[in-house]
Amino acid sequence: MYYIQPHYHGISRTTDDYVRMAQAGVVAVAEPSFWAGFDRRHPETFLDYFRQISEFEPTRAAIYGIQHYCWIAVNPKESENLELSREVLKAIPDFLARPTVVGIGEIGLNKNTAHELTIFRQQMEMAIQHRQLVLIHTPHLGDKKKGTQITLDLLRELRADPERVWIDHVEEHTIKPVLDAGYWAGMTLYPQTKMSPRRAADMLELYGSERLLVNSAADWGPSSPFTLQECAMEYQQRGHTPQELLEVFHNNPARFMGQNPKFDIQPIRLAS
Amino acid sequence: MLYKSMVMERDYPDCRCMLLELSATLDRYDRAAATEGTAAVDARLKLLQQCLAVLAQPSARPDRTPRILELLSNPA
Repeated sequence: MYYIQPHYHGISRTTDDYVRMAQAGVVAVAEPSFWAGFDRRHPETFLDYFRQISEFEPTRAAIYGIQHYCWIAVNPKESENLELSREVLKAIPDFLARPTVVGIGEIGLNKNTAHELTIFRQQMEMAIQHRQLVLIHTPHLGDKKKGTQITLDLLRELRADPERVWIDHVEEHTIKPVLDAGYWAGMTLYPQTKMSPRRAADMLELYGSERLLVNSAADWGPSSPFTLQECAMEYQQRGHTPQELLEVFHNNPARFMGQNPKFDIQPIRLAS
Repeated sequence: MLYKSMVMERDYPDCRCMLLELSATLDRYDRAAATEGTAAVDARLKLLQQCLAVLAQPSARPDRTPRILELLSNPA
C-alpha cells in the first residue's frame, strides 16, 4: 500500500517519523505553513521558516525516499497581527516559485476575527492572482461551523475555482456544504481529540471518496502520522478493495496537488 | 460497510469504556462541587447533558454526530 500524507508538519517532528513513515508505505508528504506553538515577532522569522520547509525538510525526507512538498502562507492564528502579516505577505510570491512549493496554505480562520478575515482575503486574492492551489484551515471545536460558513461566503464572493481549493478539518456538520459547493474537503485525524479514524471511514462511506482527502494531525501537539494507516485499516476491514484504498490515501492527494505540475506523483491503477 | 452485529461486537467495549470515563467525570465534578459548596452549574456541563439527551433519544436517522456537533458549535 502506498500513501501520500497531504498535511504533515515535519518541522515539529523527529527524523524517526520519516523512517517509520517510509517503512509504512508513505511516498510523499506535503507540509503547510502553520503556527509553530508560539507567536513569531519578526517577518524574518517567517522567512527562515519558509526556507526551512522549502529547502531543508525536502533533503531530510529524501534520505528515506519520501518526497517533501510544502505550502507557503501566514497561518490563521498569527494573521491576528496585521502589521507583521502584511510584511510577510510581501515576500510570499518569491517563495511560490520554489521547486517544491505547491500552493498557498494553510490560510483561513482560527477564531473568526476581523483581522484573520482581512489576511485570509488578501492571501486568497494573491492565490487567485498567481494561479496557486489553496489550502484552507477551518477553526476547531465551537468555532468551526461559523468559520466554515464565513470561508464559503468569502470564496463565493472571490469566485475562487472550487477544483483548486482544499478546505481542511471538516467534520460531520461541515463536510456537506463544502462538498456541495464543489471544493475538496480534508479530514484531519487525531489520536485523542476531534476526528477519529473510524469517523473518517464513516464519512468516506457516506459521501464517497471523490474530492475527499484524509490526513494525520502531525504537529507539535499530541498527534501521530500513523492515524492515516489506522484509517486505511478501518476502511479495509469494512470490505473496501485495495484500489479503493489507493484512491483515498494516494490517488486523491496526487490528483489535487498534481494540478500544480511541480507535484509529479501520478495516481496508481492496480492491474486487474 | 460493517454489519450491525460486527459494529456492536467490535465497538461495544470502546463505548462501554467511554461511557464510564464520562460517568466518572460527572461524578468527579459533583464531588468537587460538593466540596466547594458552589451552587452554580458550569455551562459546559449543561451542554454535555443536552448532548446526552440526544444520545438517549431513539433516532429515525443516523444523524446523532452532526446534531451533537451543532449543539457544541458557538452561535453564528
